[in-house]
Amino acid sequence: MGTITEELFSRRLGHDVHAGDTVIAEVDVAMAHDVTGPLAIEAFRSLDLPLWDASRIVFNFDHVMPANTVAAAELHRVIREFCVEHTITNLFAEGICHQVMVDRRLARPGGIVVGADSHSTTYGGLGCFATGLGSTDIGVVFATGKTWFRIPETVRIEVRGALPRGVYAKDLALHVIAQMGADGADYCAVEWGGEAVAAMSVDERLTLSNLSTDFGAKTGLVEPDAVTFAHSGDDPFELRPVRPEYLRTLVVDAERLRPQVAVHPSIDNVHDIDDVAGTPLDEVFIGSCTNGRLSDLAIAASILSGRTVHPRTRTVVVPASRGVYLDALSAGYIETFARAGALVLNPGCGPCLGRQHGVVGPGERVLSTSNRNYPGRMGSPDAQIFLASPAVAAASALAGAITDPAALEPAL
Amino acid sequence: MSGRVFLLGDGVSTDAIMPGRYNVTTDPDALRRACLIEARPDFTETVQPGDVIVAGRNFGCGSSREHAPLSIKRNHVAAVIAASFARIFYRNAVNIGLPVIRCADAHRVLRDGDEVTVDALTGTITTPTTTLHGEPPSGVALRIIEAGSLIDLIRQGGWAALEGVQRVS
Repeated sequence: MGTITEELFSRRLGHDVHAGDTVIAEVDVAMAHDVTGPLAIEAFRSLDLPLWDASRIVFNFDHVMPANTVAAAELHRVIREFCVEHTITNLFAEGICHQVMVDRRLARPGGIVVGADSHSTTYGGLGCFATGLGSTDIGVVFATGKTWFRIPETVRIEVRGALPRGVYAKDLALHVIAQMGADGADYCAVEWGGEAVAAMSVDERLTLSNLSTDFGAKTGLVEPDAVTFAHSGDDPFELRPVRPEYLRTLVVDAERLRPQVAVHPSIDNVHDIDDVAGTPLDEVFIGSCTNGRLSDLAIAASILSGRTVHPRTRTVVVPASRGVYLDALSAGYIETFARAGALVLNPGCGPCLGRQHGVVGPGERVLSTSNRNYPGRMGSPDAQIFLASPAVAAASALAGAITDPAALEPAL
Repeated sequence: MSGRVFLLGDGVSTDAIMPGRYNVTTDPDALRRACLIEARPDFTETVQPGDVIVAGRNFGCGSSREHAPLSIKRNHVAAVIAASFARIFYRNAVNIGLPVIRCADAHRVLRDGDEVTVDALTGTITTPTTTLHGEPPSGVALRIIEAGSLIDLIRQGGWAALEGVQRVS
């Protein structure tokens, strides 16, 4: 009885738990990537204990893949050698860790997954309790298979009605973040529900859960349903709130939403697109663990098809994973991007964290479909970062300025 | 322990503490030098052991990168005092033994460069003219702090070391 989080942990532990309880639980999978992995390996080694379970430890090279510096190559070497030493075969270099976890069905409905990356909340879109931890916590899981959790209180986001045409999960999430504030769900679980969420594809639900960490949430859950199980391949089961007590319920009227833009310098500085339309852009980035999935690329391709990006706006497209890349190739989206003059890069984190390619310079403005617009996130601390949906990103790439897709001529 | 205040604002992200361009390493000295390199360029040049960071809400928000609290610790900061902390940063700081104190008023009362004495275990912050009572870690976090770090706690008794804390099951 309780919230999805309470139901899930009660089931897993075999007795009732409630918000506020502290539990020690075994996880299904522990994940780390090329930047957080080496510190987790150091933590594990300092324990001088045997490895927990090689089949449940996952490494992904995504933040700097392929390596662009000797230092990055060195991080990769440390992880590769660790995987050989411990016969860990879940070492992937095929895109963003979170998408690979979904593509390879390493995160499952009803599961508990921890990752050394804050956006590990993404798998909540499948009804998996997933949360980000630091490297030391993950290193301890490598040895013990367990970690401690304080069962969080839950904030329920109840989304009534249907999203209007041209408004997406990204817009909904940004609107909610504006209502809640960047720390509005700190230490809490978030449950996303209601008609608009039930109507969403798994791709869109992953976007909601992904962005849950960006208003402080420990996890962002969507109740698994037929859509979930069709995607995950698991036998269906029920995991839903039963007489839950929520810390807070935020009701959103989906039908009133417009495309949203989070404006420099914080993710909760959110505006209707009309407030910022016309702002010139030096770069547009379409990709990331937030919006680099096939349905995102499909939206962008539908807008860019037969058109050319504005010459002042370098446009970078990065499929979230090899699976997404191959599907986008088959669907013709990659050719559409190339013909439109966009730069298509290999699957991975891309320009999101200003470490590899697409780095922005001082005074530049970039519109990104990613999740963070902190000063310095994508390069120079004197650049301005705007966050929006793939539809807004594609329309803005064409115009060279922030543009509502509905305003494009000829109309879409 | 006494030292000077480095005063920061609200929403100091782990990107501000340790920008992504600087954390492609585990080298402790490289991390130390990159701490707050753009947000507070004078920090690593002038910080002395025992100095404290004082900030507003949501300190350490964003990325889970443990490089951020590690870089602060490597500068021998006595404590980070903030009105609130982002969840992962707080947990990381506790895990590596970097003292953290929640205090709603410190960033409003204290000024940059003020001399303060901090007791990280009680959360007491003292200046020549005033005393503030912050909230030190409690529960599981306190057990980890008492052990020294999460690694020390696990070494000293594994997860059994946490039994008895808030109905641990």
